[in-house]
Amino acid sequence: MSLISTLARMEAVESGRAQPLATVRHRRLSARPLVLVPLTTAGEAGAPLGALVGTDPEEPRLLVVPQPRDRDLRFAFLADLAEEILPYVDSFTDVVEAAERNEVDPETGKKVKVEVELCADAPQLIVPSRAGIEYVRLLGRSTRFRRTAEQDPETPFPAPPRVPLLGRWLTHFGERARVPGSSLLLSATDLLNRHWATGQSSLEDQHLGALLAWIAPCDGEPGAEAALRAEVGRDAQGQLLCPPAGPATDPAFDNKLLAPAIERYDRARQSLGAAEDGESADTGLAELHGAERELRRLIASQLKPTWHSVWRAIELLRELPEGARVEDRWTRDRWSFTGHRDRIAAGEPPQPRRDDAVTAASKLAAREQAQGQLEAQEALDDPLVMAGRRLAGEAFSAEVVEVTMAWTESKRPAPRPLVTVRTDDRPHLAEKVKVYRSLDGKPQAAEFVRYEEDGSPLLRILDRMGRSREPAEGSVPEKGERIVWTLFEHDQRVGPKLPDPEETPWTHGGPPRADAVEPPDAVTPEDLL
Amino acid sequence: MPRPLDARALAALAANPGCKRRAVLDGAGVDKSALAAKLGSPAPFGQSQFAIVRGNSFEAKVKADGGRELLRLIGVEEPGEVSVPDLAAAGPEGRVARTALALREATGAGAWTLLDHPLLALEVAGSPVHLEPDAVVVHPDGGWTVVEIKSFPMIDGSADAAKVGAAARQAAVYVLALERVAARTEGARVAQSVLLVCPKDFSNVPTASMVDVRKQRSVTRRQLARLTRIDEIARALPEGISFDVVERTAEELAAAVECVPHQYAPECLAACELAFHCRARAREADAVEALGRSVRGELGGLTTVGAVLAAARGEEGDPEDPAVAALRRARALREEALAGVAACR
Ligand code: SF4
Repeated sequence: MSLISTLARMEAVESGRAQPLATVRHRRLSARPLVLVPLTTAGEAGAPLGALVGTDPEEPRLLVVPQPRDRDLRFAFLADLAEEILPYVDSFTDVVEAAERNEVDPETGKKVKVEVELCADAPQLIVPSRAGIEYVRLLGRSTRFRRTAEQDPETPFPAPPRVPLLGRWLTHFGERARVPGSSLLLSATDLLNRHWATGQSSLEDQHLGALLAWIAPCDGEPGAEAALRAEVGRDAQGQLLCPPAGPATDPAFDNKLLAPAIERYDRARQSLGAAEDGESADTGLAELHGAERELRRLIASQLKPTWHSVWRAIELLRELPEGARVEDRWTRDRWSFTGHRDRIAAGEPPQPRRDDAVTAASKLAAREQAQGQLEAQEALDDPLVMAGRRLAGEAFSAEVVEVTMAWTESKRPAPRPLVTVRTDDRPHLAEKVKVYRSLDGKPQAAEFVRYEEDGSPLLRILDRMGRSREPAEGSVPEKGERIVWTLFEHDQRVGPKLPDPEETPWTHGGPPRADAVEPPDAVTPEDLL
Repeated sequence: MPRPLDARALAALAANPGCKRRAVLDGAGVDKSALAAKLGSPAPFGQSQFAIVRGNSFEAKVKADGGRELLRLIGVEEPGEVSVPDLAAAGPEGRVARTALALREATGAGAWTLLDHPLLALEVAGSPVHLEPDAVVVHPDGGWTVVEIKSFPMIDGSADAAKVGAAARQAAVYVLALERVAARTEGARVAQSVLLVCPKDFSNVPTASMVDVRKQRSVTRRQLARLTRIDEIARALPEGISFDVVERTAEELAAAVECVPHQYAPECLAACELAFHCRARAREADAVEALGRSVRGELGGLTTVGAVLAAARGEEGDPEDPAVAALRRARALREEALAGVAACR
């Protein structure tokens, strides 16, 4: 935690309200995000219990698995989930714009420009918490290798038709969420924590209810009190007032309410199965419906508060204006989405279980690059983030006190003006250290020459002044101007907006994969998914 | 009578080794859950019956077939006769002795032995505590391997790193306890890798992986060696103090707990039953640690939120103090950025 955010947390403690950590929004928020609030069964890896899903805060679709150990019911749940998520994803695949991409011609080895499609917008999934992001990955992993009856008539437990495709998309969303600054799959807690500091620790900030208690308390109640109620408050029946944001449920809910309701459901199914005449079958069916309704009610009671919290978080974030460079990162997300769309269309197999060494290394490198770029962009977009870099000596705000024209000593002299600046910041400057400022959104480089006698840094401007002897209009800092210089590069990217290596499908020159088709998971009767 | 240190207590020890309050309560065998409830800040830890049922059935499956399934996971297909000695005995001391005897016998036997829920003793802060690993396997060559059976899945050969780390820390304590027995047993050697058994992918078929716990073992050993002896802490406590959860009133208990200094950090929340109680105290005291352990580092001698803010605002503190100077700069930069934005809107 930087000192500035520590200070913000302490101000939050004092005031009882969360304090801003950002002055703009650093993530894209889609006009039409899809919110997914999943619940899972305790102790079972990837046995979903239910979910609320949808794009309309007023009309979520409730999906429930009345008996999570029943494979057919789990498949039915996944089929329903696919029915919600895939049409949403598909609605973004057809609207495209033309784009160009540099590619290496495989025959000549030359770089060529290729016309390609780029989806004009991309889907966005929002889950409550980081655990929700992990759960999306887990669901993706558990379903993408499933075989449908159409793929393999012999398969022992065929999955419903669209489920493997759902798995591939969820895997893609989960994978993309590991790229710093990407916005295809976001969690409400991460979004809020990026923009506000609460008066509690970052561990406690993982609790969506407690977090919102600090950021948007009802009736101005002090944050700590409201957060405590969200953490531990229980009703007369011993149930949490603010159920966990999932996917794990509260043990007290499991033991007191869910277990008996599932038992009742099981009994009803049994007696329906054992029914010998029409009349007892009718009673059995009625009882089964009753039991199912009760389960739906219970699970909805755990999901609803979180559903509203996620939308509340979205609302709060929409109030912040979007950072100028968010669009640039979103374009990468669009490339990523388009790439995956093309992979599926090209009939590529699902993502492998494990990345080969080369893919893993290039993903890692891409993420590191994305991290550096994110840090630079956030600072450039937001003076409050820049303040942190200034405190760390990685940037400084300075007033221009003198400009002296100078030129290179070549045959065609190029301008190299010397600029004396005055700053109260303490940048880590040393001879030849490069510094950058943003000029019409593009970085202009200068180098540190020396400290003048009064301690003012002297900088030499190096580029972006045009080709003539005289620098282009407005390209040289002017006396009296206040400029923020950074010691870090603004654009840590090589080449134009290229997709990350992981996103390069074979149809776009990516290498064909060696591990062409992975076998589906072996299934046994006891398998959970 | 000390209670066995369960997995949670071990996790709490690892999360906050220096806390005297936890040390005294654990050392005195106090039921911290009951205590926390009586203090009005019940521990949030509970276990879902679904998880318990599944965990038990998985463990039974792993230990099925007279231990042969478990040996298959170690990689032994044809173990020959596997002995599974009965470890039942009266009282913890009896069980510890019975376990030591079984270990000695197994080590000389030159065959595979599975000890199901053995009981081990270890000295923590000068008092004995009891530990109960899921299983210990004795190899024909006299090697002892700790077995940890967990119900989180191993998907495509790897499990959640945080959970594996917690399991490794827990197993490292068992290794330390086993080493004490091994030191007194001829031909015995405790393996420095433990067998972690988890369900494979999305099934309940067991799969296993050897986890090297050398690092966790030496960290734990160092932590244990550094612990203040409980009797020393206790000597500093007022006469007649009692943590009797049944007999004492909430006020008496709160006063008793208050006599032993805590060392609250947010990590306690996931590990110690008393966390909400100690957090409330830490917040009342305005302690900066309530915001995170790392916060302390950059604040020099300032220990309360109030003092930090006063120093940052220039109301208090020595401007020559580098921590104070850094705080003032941080605040000035923060205010400048916020004011600039407010002016633009
Ligand atoms: S919660 Fe309290 S008693 Fe437990 S370890 Fe933390 S500070 Fe010590």
